[in-house]
Amino acid sequence: MVQFTLPKNSRIKVGKTWPKPSGATNVREFQIYRWNPDDGQNPRVDTYFVDMDTCGPMMLDVLIKIKNEIDPTLTFRRSCREGICGSCAMNIGGTNTLACIYGHDEVKGVVKVYPLPHMPVVKDLIPDLTHFYAQHASIMPWLETKTNRPAKEWKQSIEDRKKLDGLYECVMCASCSTSCPSYWWNGDKYLGPAALLHAYRWIIDSRDEATGERLDELEDPFKLYRCHTIMNCAKTCPKGLNPAKAIGAIKQMMVERQV
Amino acid sequence: MADVNRGNRPLSPFMIGPYYKPQLTSISSIMVRITGIVVLGLSVVIVAWLFTASISEAAFNAFNRIVQSWFGDLVLLAGVWCLTYHILGRLRHVLWDFGYCWEVRVAESLAIGMLVAATVVAALTFILFLAM
Repeated sequence: MVQFTLPKNSRIKVGKTWPKPSGATNVREFQIYRWNPDDGQNPRVDTYFVDMDTCGPMMLDVLIKIKNEIDPTLTFRRSCREGICGSCAMNIGGTNTLACIYGHDEVKGVVKVYPLPHMPVVKDLIPDLTHFYAQHASIMPWLETKTNRPAKEWKQSIEDRKKLDGLYECVMCASCSTSCPSYWWNGDKYLGPAALLHAYRWIIDSRDEATGERLDELEDPFKLYRCHTIMNCAKTCPKGLNPAKAIGAIKQMMVERQV
Repeated sequence: MADVNRGNRPLSPFMIGPYYKPQLTSISSIMVRITGIVVLGLSVVIVAWLFTASISEAAFNAFNRIVQSWFGDLVLLAGVWCLTYHILGRLRHVLWDFGYCWEVRVAESLAIGMLVAATVVAALTFILFLAM
């Protein structure tokens, strides 16, 4: 259902303003969403001041510096620090991205950091992605075959392999799905851009032999057709992929197989 | 492992504007919907206009005075803008349905193009209206 406000327990309060670093000349303000599951309080936004002369260039550097030097309770996911694990996806300066490959200088003024939008929060910047992963699993993200297993590998021509470019690079960070108003409002039934991009990745894989079943599974008013081509997904993808285009291609295949 | 399904989790903020930056593509998409609703509303006014003509001369004259006032003209001009924008928005969907214009940059240019084209059509209509 269309929703324009946050539920009572999710309304954001003004939080703590942490002291400025002493002696620093190049200070930047960061406003970061905080929620502690153990204190029974509503979420709040804390304000931090970071000495940028002693900080790395990326948003993840900023977060790690805050955690190391100002407030060790700040909680976020991170792992590879080079945009391949997808752990540090969050809403920075009003769009979703990976903190590790997003420069703090890409945002003007005060930098606001929130968890991925319209998701249950586990703590601070960590969203609960259980449902998101379940949706990914539901599109059967593996090679389905019926013919006998070949002696060596399942072969694919160079041309057919090229069809997977722009799809296989997805790191499942959930930036796209959580940027999508349709996913905010119908995320329980609509699969969202990430799962649908993966669905298409297997649908057009020349080695896969379950194309019909995959399309049957998506022929549903909600799973696929809640995409209204708002294109927030393509605009926000930190890997530069275009889930909207993949969804459009699935819709085209749905029509083409009927004629 | 932590209990990830613990209750009373807050919902992270999402609203377009304060928390999610409006994008050219998202705004042009929602405007197709809004203009569609406006056009639907105005079509009721147009039907009512014709309907009063079928009732009596007095009823038509009363309604016609409102429609042809400066305010009525303004509303109908806005209607022309909305109708043009909505048609262009639907045509953009036709392009997408045939597999074209999926690149973000192209979609953004189309979004601007729709705004400009609808404004030009509304302006031409206004000039034509003044000339008549």
